[in-house]
Amino acid sequence: MAKHHVSTIINGEPVEFLCEPQQTLLDVLRDELNLTGSKEGCSSGDCGACTVIVDGKIACSCLMLGAEAEGRKIQTVEGIAQGDHLHPVQQKFLEHAALQCGFCTPGFIVAAKALLDENPDPTEEETRYWLAGNLCRCTGYDKIIRAVLDAASVMRQEAGR
Amino acid sequence: MPTLNFTAPTTVDEAVKILAGSSGMAKVLAGGTDLLVQLRSGRTRPDVIVDTKRIPEMIGIREEAGRFVIGASTPGTMLFENKALTQAWPGIVEGMDLIGSEQIQGRASLAGNLCNASPAADSVPALIAARATCVIAGPGGRREAPVEAIVTGPGRTSLAKGEFLVAFHVPKPKPHQADAYLRFIPRTEMDIAVVGCAVNVTLDTSGQCTDARVVLGAVAPTQIICEASAKALIGHRLDEATLAALDAAAGKACNPISDKRGTIEYRIKVAGVLARRAAAIAFERAGAR
Amino acid sequence: MSFLDKADLKVVGTRPIRPDGVDKVTGRANFGADMTMPGMLWGKIKRSPHAHARIVSINTDRAMALAGVKAVTTRADFPDIAPSRAFIGAAPANLRDLSRNCMAKGKALYEGHAVAAVAAVSPAIAEQALELIEVEYEVLPHVMDVEAAMAPDAPVLLDDIFTSGVEPKPTKASNVAKMVRFAKGDVEAGFAEADVVVERRYTTQPVHQAYIEPHACVVSVGPDGQCTIWSSSQGQFMVRGYTARIVGADIADIRAIPAEIGGGFGGKTIVYLEPIAYMLSKKSGRAVKIVMSREEVFRATGPTSGAVVEVKLGAKKDGRLTAAKAVLKYQSGAFPGSPVNQGCMCAFASYDLPNVETVGYDVLSNRPKVAAYRAPGSPISAFGVESCLNELAGELGIDPLALREMNGAKDGTKAAHGPTWVNIGYLKTLEAARGTEHLNAKLGPNQGRGVACGFWHNAGGESSAAVHVNEDGTVTVTEGHPDIGGSRASMAMMVAEVLGVPFASVRPVVGDTTAIGFSASTGGSRVTFAGGMAVTQATQKVVEELKKRAAVTWDISPEAVEWKDGKAFPAGPNAGGFEPLPLEELAAKSARTGGPISAEVQINAQGQGPGFATHICDVEVDRETGHVKILRYTAIQDVGRAIHPSYVEGQMQGGVAQGVGWALNEEYIYDKDGKLENAGFLDYRVPVASDMPMIETIMVEVPNPRHPFGARGVGEVPIVPPMAAVANAIADATGIRLRDLPMSPPRLLAALDRVAPMRQAAE
Repeated sequence: MAKHHVSTIINGEPVEFLCEPQQTLLDVLRDELNLTGSKEGCSSGDCGACTVIVDGKIACSCLMLGAEAEGRKIQTVEGIAQGDHLHPVQQKFLEHAALQCGFCTPGFIVAAKALLDENPDPTEEETRYWLAGNLCRCTGYDKIIRAVLDAASVMRQEAGR
Repeated sequence: MPTLNFTAPTTVDEAVKILAGSSGMAKVLAGGTDLLVQLRSGRTRPDVIVDTKRIPEMIGIREEAGRFVIGASTPGTMLFENKALTQAWPGIVEGMDLIGSEQIQGRASLAGNLCNASPAADSVPALIAARATCVIAGPGGRREAPVEAIVTGPGRTSLAKGEFLVAFHVPKPKPHQADAYLRFIPRTEMDIAVVGCAVNVTLDTSGQCTDARVVLGAVAPTQIICEASAKALIGHRLDEATLAALDAAAGKACNPISDKRGTIEYRIKVAGVLARRAAAIAFERAGAR
Repeated sequence: MSFLDKADLKVVGTRPIRPDGVDKVTGRANFGADMTMPGMLWGKIKRSPHAHARIVSINTDRAMALAGVKAVTTRADFPDIAPSRAFIGAAPANLRDLSRNCMAKGKALYEGHAVAAVAAVSPAIAEQALELIEVEYEVLPHVMDVEAAMAPDAPVLLDDIFTSGVEPKPTKASNVAKMVRFAKGDVEAGFAEADVVVERRYTTQPVHQAYIEPHACVVSVGPDGQCTIWSSSQGQFMVRGYTARIVGADIADIRAIPAEIGGGFGGKTIVYLEPIAYMLSKKSGRAVKIVMSREEVFRATGPTSGAVVEVKLGAKKDGRLTAAKAVLKYQSGAFPGSPVNQGCMCAFASYDLPNVETVGYDVLSNRPKVAAYRAPGSPISAFGVESCLNELAGELGIDPLALREMNGAKDGTKAAHGPTWVNIGYLKTLEAARGTEHLNAKLGPNQGRGVACGFWHNAGGESSAAVHVNEDGTVTVTEGHPDIGGSRASMAMMVAEVLGVPFASVRPVVGDTTAIGFSASTGGSRVTFAGGMAVTQATQKVVEELKKRAAVTWDISPEAVEWKDGKAFPAGPNAGGFEPLPLEELAAKSARTGGPISAEVQINAQGQGPGFATHICDVEVDRETGHVKILRYTAIQDVGRAIHPSYVEGQMQGGVAQGVGWALNEEYIYDKDGKLENAGFLDYRVPVASDMPMIETIMVEVPNPRHPFGARGVGEVPIVPPMAAVANAIADATGIRLRDLPMSPPRLLAALDRVAPMRQAAE
């Protein structure tokens, strides 16, 4: 089976890869590019553990073929922090203990970051509905929501400066 | 080794050629939120996947004389972000917006939701209620058909080999015309509709209904245009008696099954409930215009 | 040193950021499926499409012939384990059954049961190879329902199961693996003296732990039989031991490395994949990676039991309980081993009862073998008992909370299954509930409030820990417990507290099976208790050693040295006027004073404290659709001592969410052929973020004096009360008592509609 040659930008860097037609973007990230931060929880778009940002919108990378990534800009959890400088969402997750096993965390970090990029002042309800596509079985969501709302507050303050 | 070919044509004609010319099964790929799930589970084994997202006219929303033209592969978020469409047809946009998660929203399309032909498709009832049509491209050129003509049964469409949806035409609402879509799901998100109901009403200046369409989803093999429910509304205001008649008509029109998402009795009951609630919202919106 | 008084503590009880946190928020942390090894192959498993079938033949020739396939394995490769050698050490699993669960022997006992496996150079080729494996089945009648499986004419799964616990011992094989009975006093007499007797029947459905990370492992077996297993599990020693016994290898030949684990809740306390990957690796000579799909997780790994719970309560008019009885019938799945024992023991443990009896049945059926799920067995019997208590309260006209206060277990109460409670906090949780604003907050139309309680005994058991003082004065603590919920932070905190050094100078490490002594699994709410005890004891030994080194330095007796705040001090003016010696200095000089400063401890922790909880739940019901919304939830629990309060709160909140899902929407749906219809997160409905409100937690601390810091297990209790709390709230909101889980909208609406015509007639 002939492989596709795909050129994309991942976390700001130009990346080229080969993939089989049936390989999803998630398969490519994890198995071809060693970007194992995005996780496979269900392969059916129901758990959000594979969430990445494609051309500015969050998407389940398990529902995209690797070949579809041609020419697209992709951001994964590995690209959220700037070097050793964590994004406020990441920092607040740590402070609020918004993770227990940590498996769903990358998906939540990416989805929450995208939320705050689009809506800097979400209500609790808006935050819960935005994140409804990210399943967590450990936390009951409480500390996750608090962390996101706190990150939003911090980011609004910083923007206000 | 079963082969799978992936292609991403940049024109409609190219796509038609590939779809019409493939010797095996060819599948159109828009958002992929149904196709990839089916691919992964082995439920579908296409030989060719045709990605339509590189065809410019397939993505985007524009207004032209008296109607909205929505590219068939336009993702849900783009619908939601279009102020004019959201204001004109909140029910259509709500229906699309209810599908899955935010992650799904950035990819899922009206055409995909329609052509996947699930009886529970959320975006379809309101499109039908709005009397929307779709533009279909194929080997014989382009044709237009009402949305309700596409789905013929669960997982089955009336599209011929080589045909695929290119656009939706949604007429602009008349004065005092508005729609609403509601669905019932057991959780608050992430479920397939157990029952869906779209109501589109036109009122006169006194608040009386002069035209209506009531469309039910997930209660029959295809969406149901419930004539009796429409009749219950036309010529009336939305009072208790009208609501009761609407409820009863909706329940009678159902032909549901019992499955892992709901029982026959439950669906019949809730169809009536949603019809009443959706009608209330549609009447209020129409009256406010 | 006593650490039981909270006022003295500097680190324990604070909320530092967990040391593995940055890796987890940046995607750097490595879970089971994140490992690759050179030359690695991809393994996939062929599974039975039938709920019950004899395996007539398996032909793997065509699969082996496919280009890219490097190994195939079936039952033929696995040694049989004699019944007499079925148990290893103190672990509860029957290895013989586990082996036959990992790879079917003779019969497929549930849809999804593994019958063969392949390893190939790509996942696509492995998938294709599965289709080339030809399996001939003789389909047999199947049985799914627990009471149907108990019937004399039910299809029998295993021909060597003769119900234990009954006299005389049956001569005919059946699906009832055992009957158990716990009793105290005379229940018949107790019911006879009651003024009111309430007898009800409740049912629950199987629910899955639904961890977001599917099972995954990479196994590499060398030509000399030395093996490395990388897997996410709740216990690397369990992985090593179980795999060794199932494949017939020596334990010393296997090194099991714990990956970070993406949730377990009991479901990863056994193995499914490692023995299969081992065989494929051994046969191919290459490392083999196997990752389950979500569908495989649902079809082939253990949910917890579905059950029938029959409860009978007798009480005096004033609310004093005179007798309590429960009969529990729990599904075990394809092999024996439901948590019916624990269900029986926990059922009435929260209450001071003169006459109690619980009877339990462990029943096989053609479903995946049940695995542990957070307080296994207790949530199921609690659903019945805590619902029934409210029904009794209703008949008596007594406030449900008051009924519990009147009959609550306290220090000195003897439970039906034997122990006498000391230092328990049940009544304190009821007291705390009384004091909440929540309990008395106003409710609106169609809203209701429910209270329910729960118990779990928590486990002790074997743990090992090593504490090393590094040359620069930083400290490494190595322990053997996979960190599912933040425990390694708590380990480091306890070490820091004992040493009197900042948390930042202690690094916790979860060691593999070659790096630390035997440690029982992460589960049973035991890690902070038993693991914490081990690290504390190891640190105390290090402190003694540090004192000795100071003594050597000062040339005085070690008894004359004190240790405080990370430094050695002379103990009093007579010891000498020496300047205090800080840890860094002693570390730097360690070679001159005797060598590396280190201690390792192995314990079998005793004295675990049981846990009790009281939950308050508010719901709002949509009477036209049966939809239930959780409006507000307060979880109150006796936590002993919260080492890291954020992670204790997290355990409480997580257990509540799982309980809510169990109450409202989670269930296994099978078709008439015994095939699972909802093997995915679309139709297996766990709570999503928008389904839940904030979950308030109140930690009541009644320290467990048998733990150096007063800790008791906290992780499992929180899942015990929610189903009854929700059921009690729905009853309060609607007058409808639902006794069958899940309380999904169609069920509630049907019940509402049955009542509505009666109400109209009454008006």
